Amino acid sequence: MQIEAARRKVEIRSLLRSDATQKVLAFAGLITLVVVFSLASPNFLTFDNVIGILLATAVNGVLALGVTFVIITAGIDLSVGTVMTFSAVMAGVFVTFWGLPVPLGVLAALLAGGLAGLVNGLTISKMKVPPFIATLGMLYATKGLSLVISGLKPIYFNDTPIFREIAMGSVLGAIIPGFVIPNAVLVLFGAAIAAGLILNKTVLGRYTFAIGSNEEATRLSGVNVDVWKTAVYGLSGMFSGLAGVLIAARLNSAQPALGSGYELDAIAAAVIGGTSLSGGEGTILGTVIGAFIISTLTNGLRILSVPQEWQMVVTGAIVVLAVYADILRRRRE
Amino acid sequence: MGDMLLQMEGVVKTFPGVHALDECRFDLRAGEVHALVGENGAGKSTLMKVFAGIYKKDAGRILYKGKEEDIPTPRAAQQLGISMIHQELNLMPHLTVAQNIFIGREPRRRIPFVLHEKEINEKAEPLFSMLHLKLDPRTKVSNLTVARQQMVEIAKALSFNAEVLIMDEPTAALTDTEIEELFRIIRQLREKGVGIVYITHRLEELKRISDRITVMRDGRYIDTVPTQEATIDQIISMMVGRIIYETTPELPENPDQEIVLEVKNLRRGNVIKDVSFNLKRGEILGFAGLMGAGRTEVARAIFGADPIESGDIHILGKQVQIKSPRDAVAHGIGYLSEDRKRYGLTLGMDVEANIVLATFKKFLGYLGWVNSAKAHAAADRVVQALSIKTPGLQQKVKYLSGGNQQKVVIGKWLTADTKILIFDEPTRGIDVGAKSEIYKLLNDLARQGKAIIMISSELPEILRMSHRIVVMCEGRITGELSIDEATQENIMKYATQRRNGDNGRNEIIGSDSELRGD
Repeated sequence: MQIEAARRKVEIRSLLRSDATQKVLAFAGLITLVVVFSLASPNFLTFDNVIGILLATAVNGVLALGVTFVIITAGIDLSVGTVMTFSAVMAGVFVTFWGLPVPLGVLAALLAGGLAGLVNGLTISKMKVPPFIATLGMLYATKGLSLVISGLKPIYFNDTPIFREIAMGSVLGAIIPGFVIPNAVLVLFGAAIAAGLILNKTVLGRYTFAIGSNEEATRLSGVNVDVWKTAVYGLSGMFSGLAGVLIAARLNSAQPALGSGYELDAIAAAVIGGTSLSGGEGTILGTVIGAFIISTLTNGLRILSVPQEWQMVVTGAIVVLAVYADILRRRRE
Repeated sequence: MGDMLLQMEGVVKTFPGVHALDECRFDLRAGEVHALVGENGAGKSTLMKVFAGIYKKDAGRILYKGKEEDIPTPRAAQQLGISMIHQELNLMPHLTVAQNIFIGREPRRRIPFVLHEKEINEKAEPLFSMLHLKLDPRTKVSNLTVARQQMVEIAKALSFNAEVLIMDEPTAALTDTEIEELFRIIRQLREKGVGIVYITHRLEELKRISDRITVMRDGRYIDTVPTQEATIDQIISMMVGRIIYETTPELPENPDQEIVLEVKNLRRGNVIKDVSFNLKRGEILGFAGLMGAGRTEVARAIFGADPIESGDIHILGKQVQIKSPRDAVAHGIGYLSEDRKRYGLTLGMDVEANIVLATFKKFLGYLGWVNSAKAHAAADRVVQALSIKTPGLQQKVKYLSGGNQQKVVIGKWLTADTKILIFDEPTRGIDVGAKSEIYKLLNDLARQGKAIIMISSELPEILRMSHRIVVMCEGRITGELSIDEATQENIMKYATQRRNGDNGRNEIIGSDSELRGD
């Protein structure tokens, strides 16, 4: 009897400790938020508002996907927000200024983001500049470049109405009448699935975890750590590029002054979702849930007419609480 | 013994300011265990790291299977069949066993970059069965004991079809049964014709496992001798360049009977089960037991580093509450961790800063200014008293040898006016010459009236140093022996006295990994 009870205890504990739990906890947190806000305001759980939340999550969510990879390697990417803006401006240059076809322009914008990421990666792996500093430098550089290239003015996509459709059109709405979910949301989920596959099924994903878990051991195992690390930052840049296209499409313009602060939301999303800043741990599903928690919170508080300043205070508290909950869970081992 | 596998000649390696290897040579045959011994800093690991492609040599020749090879990277070494198992295990704790073994050469599916996870796991199985190990390839490495992690490293080396296996201090963290198991595997590999380089500090292991012994000192090659013709004293004298007789030094006079520390019914979950003992002034109390017996846990609980569930601690007859290391220090307890680099020292700071760290308040003047003259003088006294070999007080601690680092930690606690000192594996990773200095220091401290607890996994050390010996097993004290009645045999008997019968003895590497799941 005693043995049986002890075994059950062990099982419960190992369940508590498993990676799945953090996701379950995060998901439960999200549900709680939704329930609380629904009870507090009849305007929260309306179709339009839910679409609003989904749209708001799309950009931050895509940024957070890239950041998740970087954080799993025990690195950090502070430049995702401004690289996003830089890519949006470049999309404007390619599509509006140069008149490239939209698909080509979009691809070029993604590559521009990827290029910025590669520079981050090379600075970190070859020049051995700490990720915090390297990406801080890139934050400033891309912020400045966006302003220089755009001449301080927004670039509009008025000549190419199809560009706006990337985010705001609804393929789903065309297929299922009434189910008008904007494409940006599809892009987020598509990107998340791709990220999940890369992280769990490919060599890049495996080395992402390996580097974060023990970089020196990975190097001594014959893995070219520099190359893969550079690739991870490049990938993060690509996701920033995708976010840049999304935000430009949503606003139908590239706003060169936008972008600072987005990196913090993205990092917060990853961390709330259980990605460990000390590396080696993290999931895409967790990050997506984390991104939804942040946008739901912002949206709900706004509906309850909580001033924006206080929204930030609450978001800060949630980030710390989420990590604290994770620490408590681990300590119970 | 088989063909010549490796010949290294005239190998030179310098690091900024240090001549690490000076005209070193080494050779290895197929199917032999060639032990490489020498004090810390003798250059053993450096020489082997050159061979394993981790360091680039500045001069010299490496002939591998008769062909001159330049081994630029670890991967190149692996492809030649050379694998090195490092002292600090090189595993990725967040990945599974199989993922660790095949890192860098994962089987892939037809689609580029896509892993074939099933094949990774399947390919790991035969490696374990070759080693007669029961291990699920899907287990996360962080859930394994150190011994099992080492087996994973060996399996990884085998997966390269290694013809040369370099093991750097493989037994440093293993219990006796685990060492036995490791030796079984080493012998098995030797029979298969693998050439094994065995770097060690533990000279008593040489006779048990090695065929030849090469001694290095101060980055130089000294000599190579067949194990059968060598005596341990001879090896030691080659290592230190002088003859040291390993005689038992006299213990300080019988300690007076005043009880300094009394621990009653200490408990914490599964790791500390009803532990009671006392410690007298001027006494060295040895704590023996296998790894995981709970000795370190008891020490940390007394020191306030881990919480306790119940039990009393009395110091000089008065019950005290120790809730944090700060309380412990205030009550005159010092704890010297087994992992001094992680818990005992701030490596990047200098000798002086480390010595005064625990007692910083003493050196503060008005408005929190550091009275540097006073700190300087205190640190200087410690360096003199313990004869710490350092170019100066401003030398960063990370540049000192293991023995001198340990002395800095001791100095730190001496400055703090401690009455009770807990030494956790005080000579781990310290070479023979420095060891006897540490022993002498412990004796001196006891003679001065300090009460000392010494946790050690090396039985000869326990027997040599202790007035009294407490033996632990699975979280409880299973025996207490006076030095007159203690022998290696009866200590081991108590150390393996498990409550549910004596079934653990022959079990390979502990059921600890299963226990650790809770």
